[in-house]
Amino acid sequence: MELSEKHQEYWRKNLVVTAILMTIWFLATFVEGWYARDLNNISFMGFPLGFYMSAQGSLAIYVLVIGFYAWYMNKLDIEYGVDEGDDK
Amino acid sequence: MSQAAFSQSAFTQQLKKYYTFYTGGFLAFIVLLAIAEQMGLPRKYIGYTFLVATIGLYAMIGVMSRTVEVSEYYVAGRRVPAFFNGMATGADWMSAASFIGMAGTLYLAGFDGLAFVMGWTGGYVLVALFLAPYLRKFGQFTIPDFLGARYGGNIVRSIGVFAAILCSFVYVVAQIYGVGIITARFTGLEFAVGVFVGLGGILVCSFLGGMRAVTWTQVAQYIILIIAYMTPVVWLGIKHTGIPVPQVAYGQVLAKVTDLEKKLTADSKEQEVRKIFKDRADAATAALKDPAKSHADGKAKLEQNVASLKAANAPADQISAAEKALAGYAKDVDAAKAQWNKDKAGAARAAPPRPHATPYPGKDEAAQHTAKLNFLGIVFCMMFGTAALPHILMRYYTTPSVREARRSVFWSLFFIFLLYFTAPCLAVLAKFEVYSTLVGSQFSALPAWAASWQAVDATLLSITDINKDGIVQLAEIVIGGDLIVLMTPEIAGLPYVVSGLVAAGGLAAALSTADGLLLTIANALSHDVYYKMIDPSASTSRRVTVSKVLLLVVALIAAYTASTKPGSILFLVGAAFSLAASSFFPALVLGVFWKRANKAGAIAGMLVGLGVCFYYMTTTYPYLRDLFGVTKPIAEYMWFGLNPISAGVFGLPLGMLTIVVVSLLTAAPSKEVQELVEHVRYPNIKGSSFSTTTN
Repeated sequence: MELSEKHQEYWRKNLVVTAILMTIWFLATFVEGWYARDLNNISFMGFPLGFYMSAQGSLAIYVLVIGFYAWYMNKLDIEYGVDEGDDK
Repeated sequence: MSQAAFSQSAFTQQLKKYYTFYTGGFLAFIVLLAIAEQMGLPRKYIGYTFLVATIGLYAMIGVMSRTVEVSEYYVAGRRVPAFFNGMATGADWMSAASFIGMAGTLYLAGFDGLAFVMGWTGGYVLVALFLAPYLRKFGQFTIPDFLGARYGGNIVRSIGVFAAILCSFVYVVAQIYGVGIITARFTGLEFAVGVFVGLGGILVCSFLGGMRAVTWTQVAQYIILIIAYMTPVVWLGIKHTGIPVPQVAYGQVLAKVTDLEKKLTADSKEQEVRKIFKDRADAATAALKDPAKSHADGKAKLEQNVASLKAANAPADQISAAEKALAGYAKDVDAAKAQWNKDKAGAARAAPPRPHATPYPGKDEAAQHTAKLNFLGIVFCMMFGTAALPHILMRYYTTPSVREARRSVFWSLFFIFLLYFTAPCLAVLAKFEVYSTLVGSQFSALPAWAASWQAVDATLLSITDINKDGIVQLAEIVIGGDLIVLMTPEIAGLPYVVSGLVAAGGLAAALSTADGLLLTIANALSHDVYYKMIDPSASTSRRVTVSKVLLLVVALIAAYTASTKPGSILFLVGAAFSLAASSFFPALVLGVFWKRANKAGAIAGMLVGLGVCFYYMTTTYPYLRDLFGVTKPIAEYMWFGLNPISAGVFGLPLGMLTIVVVSLLTAAPSKEVQELVEHVRYPNIKGSSFSTTTN
């Protein structure tokens, strides 16, 4: 089957949002981890920031990233006519 | 759970009603037990009641969900709503190690233990972005199914089956082991009996109803385990921070812990105890240089002491003390060696307390750098391993649509997050309790919880008065990681019924994970090996029967293995993540995101990934080194100082690179395969030659 222009645009948009969210994931995980000692000099709600990010902050970011992806893609499906219709 | 053909939304409504009713019933059950406890019900019976009631409950759901239909048995009829699939995945994911062990690891390792917390949650970002929606669209039954269809032929499928069974089996043995421990501790049954009681609990959930039964019991198990984990922490949080959300407010407690660490590091009595450990370790190291001579010298010295006391006509009690010391001396060189090795290991206790909030503590820059690399290495392997473990990925085949699969990953991580973002808080609250009330107390008047746990199990808590001053020093306490979660109800001053609840929660965590894993193994064997490779004409009822028999066989082998108490189980669980990450992740993700990836590339990539991972582990992990007769020093094999648990850091990128290089060197996949890739990329595409859901 040949993919229409619209289908290819849908896939490109998917790749873009995936790349952006992966960047956020990378920052919250590896960049945060690499600089954790330095971040600990900053105080956040009474916590050393590096510790709080690794213990709670990054985890919350992951939840938000996945929530955003689900919301965005489900919207994109409808916009590009590749959604599955109502649940049976 | 009725068979009738409901609309999906009516089905969801009904599920909500059932589980709300169930949660209410469970809470009422706890309240009733608490009242019974006040009226004098003995503790032992509270433990039994929890064990019998919860396993009975799972059995009931299991029997109600029995089925002989293939799509019900393998993928729960593909109508599990996102919210409930999220709960089921949460229970599937969180094992005994997460529930009982996680807070303990954080207590002992401080910041560096957070690698697991981050890894086991962040991995879901990869599941959501790279795998779940596409696998759901593909819509078959197992993970090797996808590899087989995408790359063609039975070789890729076989490697997939081998890797799936390798990772899952190691993991399921650890779960059954955990079930045995919990059952034994709270009912007083023997460990081996506990293992088989637990096995019964596992089988009633999965045997008759496959994925369908496992899904609905896992939802029930999640509800129990989260109530069990949260209740004591919230209580303790109110005590220390004044609000019921200690996860955001324990900063002040952490600051107090940091102050106490400084105080304890400088304390003269603490230093005295630490010096005793250091002297012992030094003496043992010296003695071990020539054990035979040291043993003979030590004995001669004691004999001489007795003789000289007798010759000098010393008081009778002095002579008898000297004789006692001689009688208590190591009988032979081997016994003496064992004692010296123990003393030598005691050197660890000569170190001052580890600063809890400080990342990567180390004596110099190089040590700190290695600690940092190892932290990030573990995070990496746990994340990519999470996104490659078949028992988790399989769960996303069970949702009604791609849309629900995406939502379902969100709910999965949300429900997992609830426990994981509580564990670091619990570790700090428990540490504060130990540092402030246990340290400094009189040996004659220990806090009640400490006295009782010390009596129950010395591997969980042992306190010895090393410097004989009658007061507890931190260096005199040895805590087993599992203690932290188990003791929380008591330090929070809650009745014993909450301890029973915690045990029931731990049991639920272990049972639910074991179920998911057993099902993965049995399905890989019955669906991928038997149906796809041996007898493609097998009738549907025969396939389900074969699966049930295999489930039973695998469960018995796993239980037998667990009952032999294999020593290196914790390492093996970590290894399962590295192996899964190296073997599955590149082939699965490139399969969706790169049309050019082909069969030769996938075979080579999976083998290279597994091979590199395995090579690194055999050369750097002591147990495997012995097994394979590796003799050159570990340091020569270490790359960047990374520990063997992080072998996936090398296996995954090399596996991925291999797929790319080999694919480019060989012919592009057929047009049909390329169309399959397009098919999985779009939730619904008109004119596609593939049907969405084939049963």
